[in-house]
Amino acid sequence: MMKCTQATQLLSEKLDRPLSNKEKMNLGIHTAMCPACRQFGKQMLSLRDISQRYVKQSDREERGDNT
Amino acid sequence: MTQALFRSDKQPSGQLFHNNEFMNDLRLQMLKFAILQVRNEALAEDAVQDAMLSAYQNIDRFNRQAALKTWVFAILKNKLIDILRKEKRYTNASILEEGASLNDEALIDHLFTENGHWQKDERPQKWYEPDHGVESKHFWRIFDTCLEALPAKYSRFFMMREFLELDTNEICDNEEVTVSNLNTTLFRARLRLRECLEDNWFQGENNT
Ligand SMILES: [Zn+2]
Repeated sequence: MMKCTQATQLLSEKLDRPLSNKEKMNLGIHTAMCPACRQFGKQMLSLRDISQRYVKQSDREERGDNT
Repeated sequence: MTQALFRSDKQPSGQLFHNNEFMNDLRLQMLKFAILQVRNEALAEDAVQDAMLSAYQNIDRFNRQAALKTWVFAILKNKLIDILRKEKRYTNASILEEGASLNDEALIDHLFTENGHWQKDERPQKWYEPDHGVESKHFWRIFDTCLEALPAKYSRFFMMREFLELDTNEICDNEEVTVSNLNTTLFRARLRLRECLEDNWFQGENNT
């Protein structure tokens, strides 16, 4: 079975390139059994979401709209 | 009627410069990037304005939105490198990066067991992100600090990918790195960022 070190790397790479079918299958099996990596995958998505909000965030500040 | 004017897919770049929303987004993306690179808001603001002006003056050469973005960004990057060179910080970059790869080994040893599984104490926790929490000034300050703590190359690649939303090929062309090198660097940047956020924000939140 895939190790967590490999699974976490693929969970990051998933955001940058399409995974192969084999990678998807191995990763799917791993995350089905490993709650920690499942959580890590969610955090990777959050990180992207947070980054996008971060870029937009100064927009609001500059307009002086703090609500 | 007016809609038809803006609907064309082949919108010339010259018009993009008059698209306020596009230009404002682009300026903000560049500014975030520049500030984190040169760590000086005034210098960063100047560099961004210069870059956008040079782009505008040479607009005839470009006709696609994606191309415009990468191109303005390439101009900006050269300006930032000049600034860093002037401040003699650029020469230290390679030393910083070498140090970082050692720290990566240490981080991976810290997070995972010898068999490559998560250490019990280090297993990722659920992140609770109430809107008011993530949007609070305190959170953004921590996020800033965590970004600044990344080695220069890591934050540059991470910001190109996540702030400027450039795709892998664009970054590789710009930075002359291989795809696998880029993927690994992005992975390590994210690994560090999430560790930093979990230690300084999400865990603190859960504990209180
Ligand atoms: Zn795992």
